[in-house]
Amino acid sequence: MSLLIYAESVEGKFKKVAFELASYAKKVAESLGTSVTAVTVNAGDVSELSKYGVDKVLKVTNDKLKNFNAKAYADVIKQAAQKENAKVILLSSTTDSLYLAPIVAVGLDAGFASNVVGLPLSTSPFQVKRNSFSNKAFTITEIESDVKVLGLAKNSYGVFESASSTSQEDFSPSLNDADFNVKVESVDRTTGKVTIADADIVVSGGRGLKGPENWGMIEELASVLGAATACSKPVSDLGWRPHSEHVGQTGKPVATNLYIAVGISGAIQHIAGINSSKVKVVINSDAEAPFFKVADYGVVGDAFDIVPRLTQKLKEFKAQNS
Amino acid sequence: MKILVCISHVPDTTSKINFVNGDTEFDTNGVQYVINPNDEFGLTRAIWFQEQQSANVTVVNVGGADTEPTLRKALAIGANEAIRVNATPTDGFFVAKQLAEVAKNGNYDLIICGKESLDYNGGMVPGMLASLLDANFVNSCIDLKVDGNSAKAIREIDGGKETVSTSLPLVIGGQKGLVEEKDLRIPNMRGIMTARTKVLTVLEPVAADNKTKSVKFEKPAPKSAVKLVSPDNLDELINLLHNEAKVI
Ligand SMILES: Cc1cc2nc3c(=O)[nH]c(=O)nc-3n(C[C@H](O)[C@H](O)[C@H](O)COP(=O)(O)OP(=O)(O)OC[C@H]3O[C@@H](n4cnc5c(N)ncnc54)[C@H](O)[C@@H]3O)c2cc1C
Repeated sequence: MSLLIYAESVEGKFKKVAFELASYAKKVAESLGTSVTAVTVNAGDVSELSKYGVDKVLKVTNDKLKNFNAKAYADVIKQAAQKENAKVILLSSTTDSLYLAPIVAVGLDAGFASNVVGLPLSTSPFQVKRNSFSNKAFTITEIESDVKVLGLAKNSYGVFESASSTSQEDFSPSLNDADFNVKVESVDRTTGKVTIADADIVVSGGRGLKGPENWGMIEELASVLGAATACSKPVSDLGWRPHSEHVGQTGKPVATNLYIAVGISGAIQHIAGINSSKVKVVINSDAEAPFFKVADYGVVGDAFDIVPRLTQKLKEFKAQNS
Repeated sequence: MKILVCISHVPDTTSKINFVNGDTEFDTNGVQYVINPNDEFGLTRAIWFQEQQSANVTVVNVGGADTEPTLRKALAIGANEAIRVNATPTDGFFVAKQLAEVAKNGNYDLIICGKESLDYNGGMVPGMLASLLDANFVNSCIDLKVDGNSAKAIREIDGGKETVSTSLPLVIGGQKGLVEEKDLRIPNMRGIMTARTKVLTVLEPVAADNKTKSVKFEKPAPKSAVKLVSPDNLDELINLLHNEAKVI
């Protein structure tokens, strides 16, 4: 018996979530008295995984898997799990992993729990705590099947180093033509900008910014902090910002270390999407705005006055502290 | 083209979430139920196919009789008929099994789900359904065109989007973007009247195991009060973020 993780990479480089997942897996493996095997797809140098407690890497190198393909990747993970006799399969909560996990679960006749936010509360019966009700509550879920698939929520565990000597093995699962029935025609990645999915800090603007022409100051604040930009739903509905920046219950969930909300009222649907962020800062002219009830730090005042001054001060702070 | 739209019946997005019976059950008291927002985008797209490409649209829900108003609303928006599988949805796998049975028996070309429902947020039914049917599957779908037996879809990826081509039968997990917010339909009087006469079939569930169960619920711990910083003292905010919160 073993524990298998899918260590996600993009263009040959591991995503940060892969290291978080490995750290988490190491801890779960300890409590189960087993080892951690990672399966990678076209990941190039896999030695980095040994820093986070991975005992063995199954390396898949295959040109056909150059583009992400859910069915084919699920087939890879399924065969890796069978080869290792893995009873627990761990994935992260990226868009790709969420696409894969249910397919893996059906392939292995396994129960699946997504949005898992901590170590298992118990391993027999196997119980995990997961975000649910759009982050307004947690559900304790028991997985009753023999094989279990878990999706770990981003930034819910953290990255912890734990050196191990990792063995590597080339792995060539068999793929069939039907795996490639969904063909990638083109990929359009936002380049040169921090994206919400990767960001540790997000600066978000709401309708209080009055119009798209005022987003320069949000972008500048974000750039000083190395942050991604985001917005509330009406802002994307009005076309001031792209849909991909809309955060909330019906938009993207944001689980960052720092979330700065500028001119956002804090409607329940917006809060639902950002609740898992660790530290929330609110800048709003209305002292009664509901956002202040969930914020850690707040400034009551006009964004047009505060944001440029804050950006300037942060620039000075960064200059002194770098 | 025959389209099946899977509709999840969920608490309205403004609902306060509470639990009863020693935190083992969701408290439905005073909760309004709606069509899951992700499914509403899918339903609107299906109605577009109905109007532009003469598709026939069936909506389906796995749930008790209390979910029928939600299905009637989907009929009022324009679906041709509705199916309710008479079972309490307790696990994503169970729901996917029921939907797969309906899908197989109806020979649908396109099955539209929302990428996740906003109550349990499992995000598993569309992928499981596609796997059980051995159908092609596109998740986080933000655009879909169908021409004969071929489909072209755009899906959201982390930090961008991807265009894919595939063929029917196809299952998608849809979300905002599949149609514009402003194009979402609200039932009008005529729709509500005709919905009453449309067929709503109730089917008994097929045998299927649960693989997971929700044993208990918890609410997040109450938050401590916000620390307000004067707009004239932004250095203090930077100090707090650096030394206290340690996030910059
Ligand atoms: C089904 C459904 C789903 C939804 N899903 C989402 C979702 O996922 N995400 C989401 O964000 N919303 C969602 N909403 C919308 C949500 O209910 C709110 O309407 C929305 O979040 C409000 O956005 P806002 O705070 O930017 O705008 P407003 O409510 O207009 O608030 C603007 C704020 O800016 C402040 N302000 C104005 N001028 C200034 C200034 N000069 N300086 C500083 N502050 C200023 C105001 O005091 C106010 O608090 C959803 C709604 C529904 C019905």
